[in-house]
Amino acid sequence: MSLHPPAKAWTYWANFLALCVLTVVTWLTARMDLGALSTPVALGIAVIKAALVVLFFMHVWESTPLTKLVIGMSLFMLTVLLTFLFTDYATRNYDVLPSDHAAAVSGKH
Amino acid sequence: MSTIITSAPALAPASKEPGQGGGVDYLNHETSIASWLLTLDHKRIGILYLVAMSAMFVLGGFYAGLIRAELITPKGDLMSSDFYNKSFTAHGVIMVFFVLIPLVPASLGNFMLPLMIGAKDVAFPRLNLISWYVYMIGAGFTLVALIGGGVDTGWTFYTPLSTTYLNSNVLLTATGLFILGFSSILTGLNFIVTIHRMRCPGMDWFRMPLFVWALYATSVIQLLGTPVIAITLALVGVERLLGVGIFDPRLGGDPILYQHLFWFYSHPAVYIMILPPLGVTNELISTFSRKPIFGYSMMAGASLAIAIFSFIVWAHHMFTSGLSPYAAMFFSLLTFSVAIPSGIKVFTWLATLFRGSISFDSPMLYAYGFIGLFTIGGMTGLFLSTLGTDIHFHDTYFVVAHFHYVMVGGAIVGFMGGLHFIWPKMFGRMYPEFLARMSAILIFVGFNLTFFPQFLVGYLGMPRRYHEYPNEFQVLNVFSTAGATVLGVGYLLPLLYLPWSVFFGEKAGRNPWGATTLDWTHTESPPTPHNFEETPVVTGEPYKYDTLFNKESALAGH
Amino acid sequence: MQVTEKKHAQEAHDDHGHGHELAHHFVSVEQQHDAGNLGMWMFLTTEVLFFGGLFAAYTIYRYKFEKVFEQASNILDPMLGAINTIVLIFSSVTMAFAVRSAQQGKSKAIVAWLGATIVFGALFLGIKYGEWKHDAHLHVFPTSDFNWTWAREKHAEGEHGHGHDSHGPELKGFVFNSPVVPANYIESDSRNPEAKQAKLFFFLYFSMTSLHALHMIIGFGVMAVIMVYAWYGYYTPHYYVPVESVGLYWHFVDLVWIFLFPLLYLLGAHLGAGH
Repeated sequence: MSLHPPAKAWTYWANFLALCVLTVVTWLTARMDLGALSTPVALGIAVIKAALVVLFFMHVWESTPLTKLVIGMSLFMLTVLLTFLFTDYATRNYDVLPSDHAAAVSGKH
Repeated sequence: MSTIITSAPALAPASKEPGQGGGVDYLNHETSIASWLLTLDHKRIGILYLVAMSAMFVLGGFYAGLIRAELITPKGDLMSSDFYNKSFTAHGVIMVFFVLIPLVPASLGNFMLPLMIGAKDVAFPRLNLISWYVYMIGAGFTLVALIGGGVDTGWTFYTPLSTTYLNSNVLLTATGLFILGFSSILTGLNFIVTIHRMRCPGMDWFRMPLFVWALYATSVIQLLGTPVIAITLALVGVERLLGVGIFDPRLGGDPILYQHLFWFYSHPAVYIMILPPLGVTNELISTFSRKPIFGYSMMAGASLAIAIFSFIVWAHHMFTSGLSPYAAMFFSLLTFSVAIPSGIKVFTWLATLFRGSISFDSPMLYAYGFIGLFTIGGMTGLFLSTLGTDIHFHDTYFVVAHFHYVMVGGAIVGFMGGLHFIWPKMFGRMYPEFLARMSAILIFVGFNLTFFPQFLVGYLGMPRRYHEYPNEFQVLNVFSTAGATVLGVGYLLPLLYLPWSVFFGEKAGRNPWGATTLDWTHTESPPTPHNFEETPVVTGEPYKYDTLFNKESALAGH
Repeated sequence: MQVTEKKHAQEAHDDHGHGHELAHHFVSVEQQHDAGNLGMWMFLTTEVLFFGGLFAAYTIYRYKFEKVFEQASNILDPMLGAINTIVLIFSSVTMAFAVRSAQQGKSKAIVAWLGATIVFGALFLGIKYGEWKHDAHLHVFPTSDFNWTWAREKHAEGEHGHGHDSHGPELKGFVFNSPVVPANYIESDSRNPEAKQAKLFFFLYFSMTSLHALHMIIGFGVMAVIMVYAWYGYYTPHYYVPVESVGLYWHFVDLVWIFLFPLLYLLGAHLGAGH
C-alpha cells in the first residue's frame, strides 16, 4: 500500500508532448512581429506551460487545498511585488498638474 | 494543585503521570556540552538561541551606549564621525537582524510552540538545529566585518553609497546577513508546518493560544519576505564586485529600485519583530487578568491582517527618496490601514483587562508597559505615514524615537514580559520577584526618559546619524543619555538575577501562574524530554479561568 | 483549557511505522509525509520570491529600456533556448517517473530515472556552456569587458554566415580566451548610452541563468545522495518524501526556465527572424 497511488504513466508522456508543442508554438509566434501583443502571447503560453507542470508533474491537480493555498499565496505575493513596484515606475513621469502649478513646483527646486 | 484550578479538569489525570517524581527533564537527562550542541530538542534549541541573542543584545547595547555617550555634548569630542557612523551601523545591524527579528520566535517561540499545541517537537527538528547554526555562521561573518574595520552604511545599506562610495566591509556584512536570512526562513518554514501538521487531537485552529497565531503570521512574513532581501543583498554584492550598475544611476541603474526591494522585506520585518511580542502579550494579559481574551477570533484575524498589510505599505519609507508622488499617495493611504488591526489589538487588551482580576506580577508589569509604549509607537507612526508631515519628520530623531517605541518599547519589552512569564516553565525556578518588578519599572522609566525627548528633538529638526549637533538640542540629548543609563541598569538586572535563579531560585511547580494553556497544565516545569508523556486531547477553549486562583497556594502545592 | 487525555493509540499499533520510516515525534506516516510535503512547498514559495526579486528588476529595466532590451535579447539564440527548454522538460518527465517509482516501491527504478534526469540536466548545462562561450566572444559578459558595439557588429556578421571566431585580433581576453576589443570600439561604447542599458540586460540574463544553473547543480548533488539511499532500498511506499521533494524542486527549476525562455530569448526574436 502506498500513501498516494501513482499516476498513470501516459499522463506524463501526454503532458510532455503538450509542453513540447507549446514550446514550438511560442518560438514560432515570437518570430512573428506581433507588436504589443508579443509579450502577452509569450507570457500567456509560459503560464499555460507552467500550469501543466504544476498540475500534473507536481501533482497539484490531486493535492490538498492547503497546497493550492500555498501556491496561491506565493503567486499573490509575487504579484504584489511586481504591481506595487510598478505603481512607482509607471507614474514617475506622469505630469497631470496644471502647468502653472507645475512651474511653481519646479521653480522652487 | 488540582483542587485550586477547578475549571481545568485535565489536571487531575495529568498529575498521575508516571515519572513525575523521578525528576527527569529536558535539562538534566543529558548534560554534556555535545548534548546541547547536537540537540534536536526544540526546548534546548530555544535556549541556545536565547543565549546567542542575549550576547548579541549586549553587544548591540554597547554600541548604543557609545552613541548616547557621544551625544551628551554637541561637539564630536568622544569619537570621530567615521567611528560614529560605524557605531550606529553596528548597533542597527546587530539589533535589527540578530536580535529583534529572531528574538521572540526563535527563543520563546521555539520553546513554547510545540508545548502549546500538544506536539512532541517541531515538524523538522534537524532543520531547527541547522537554523541555529546558520544563525551563528551569519553572526560570525557579521562580527568579523564589524570588528575588522566595521561598516558605515547604516543598517539599510542604501545604494549607491554602499556599492560605490564606501570602502568598509559591506560585502562581508551582506554575506553574513544573506546567510542569516536562511536561518529566518528555516525557522518560519518549520513553524508553519508544525502549526499545520503537528497539533494534537482536538486542537483545532480556534483553540490554539493566540501566541501560536502570532507565530503563524510571523512565519508567513519570514517565508515570503526574506528571500527578496537575500537576492537584493546578493545584487549589492555583485555590483560591488563586478561594477555592474544595477543600482548605480551613472550606469543606467536605479538606486530607488534598491530601496523598493530592501523595504519590501524590511518593512514586513518590522512586523516579524512586533507580531510575536503582540502574541505573547495576549498570553500575559489573559493569564494575569484571569479572563479569556476579549474577541479571540478578532485578535487571531488581526495578526493575519497585519501580516498581509505589512507587504503592501513598504514605500512609506521612501516618500522623500524620489518616489513618484502618485505612488506616494497610494502607499500613504495603505499605510493607514495597518492602524486598524493594530488598534483592534490594543482595544481588545483593554476590554480583556476591564473588570478582570488583574495582578501586578512582573510579567504583567511588562505587559502594561508594552500596551502603552506600543500605542505611542504606533500612533506616532501615523504622523510619519502622512505625506505632508513626513517631509518634516523624515530622517530626524522623530523617526528614531518612533521606531524605538515600537522596537524596544514594543518588541523588547514584550519579549521581557514573555521571558519572565515562561522562565518558570523553562527552568522550573522562580526568579526574585522584587528585582523583576524593579527591572520592569526601570526599563519603563528609562525607556521613556531616553526616547520621549527624541520625539521633541526630532520635531525641532535634529537629523539622525550625525555625531555633532547645534547647542540648542543639548538639554534634550542629555535627558536622553540619562534615560539610556537607567535603561541599561534595567536590562542589567535580569542578566544577573535570571541566571542566578536557574540554580538558586525557588522551585516553581508546573503552573505558577494558573495559566490554562496546554504548556502549563500538561507539562512539568521544566518539561520532560518529549514534553507530553501522553498525547493530550483538547476539548475546549484555550483560556478558561478560575478566578479563585491563588499564586501562593500554587507554588506551595508543588 | 478543557482537556482530556487518552493513551496514544496510533503509535502503539501503527503497523507501518517502524525503523527509519517514522521519526519519534510524528504520530503516523501520513502525518510525517504531509509535513514533509508541506515543508517542501513552503520552501518553493521562498524560491518563488527569491527569483521574484530578479524578475522585479527585469520588469523595471525592461519597462525603462524597452528598445535596447529587445536588441540585446536578439543577440541570444532562441533556437538553442527552445532546444534547452525541451531538454529540461524531458528531465522533468524522467523526474516524474522517479517519484512514481518511489510510490511503487521500485528502488532500482528510482536510481535509473534519477540518473536519466541528471544526464538530461547535464545536457542542458552543456548547451548553456556553449552559449556562454559564444557570449564571451561577443563580449556581452557584464564586466568591464562588455562591449555593445562589438557585440552588435559580430552578431550581425554571425547572422550572415561569417564565423565569429575568424574575426578580431588574435589576443587573449577576459573569459574563454575571447578576442580583445579594439580601442575604437571601447571609445564608441563610451559615447553610447544604450551600451549601459544593454549591459543591464546581460547582467540580468547572466544572473538569472546562472542562478538557475546553480539550482540545477545543487539538484544534482541532492539527487546523487538520494540515488545512493535508493540503491540500498531506503525508500518505501510509506516513506519517500525525499524523492518527492527533490522532484518538486526539479519541477520548480523547470518552471523558472519556462519563464526565463520567453523573457530572455524570445523578447527580441522577431528582430532577427528570417536569418
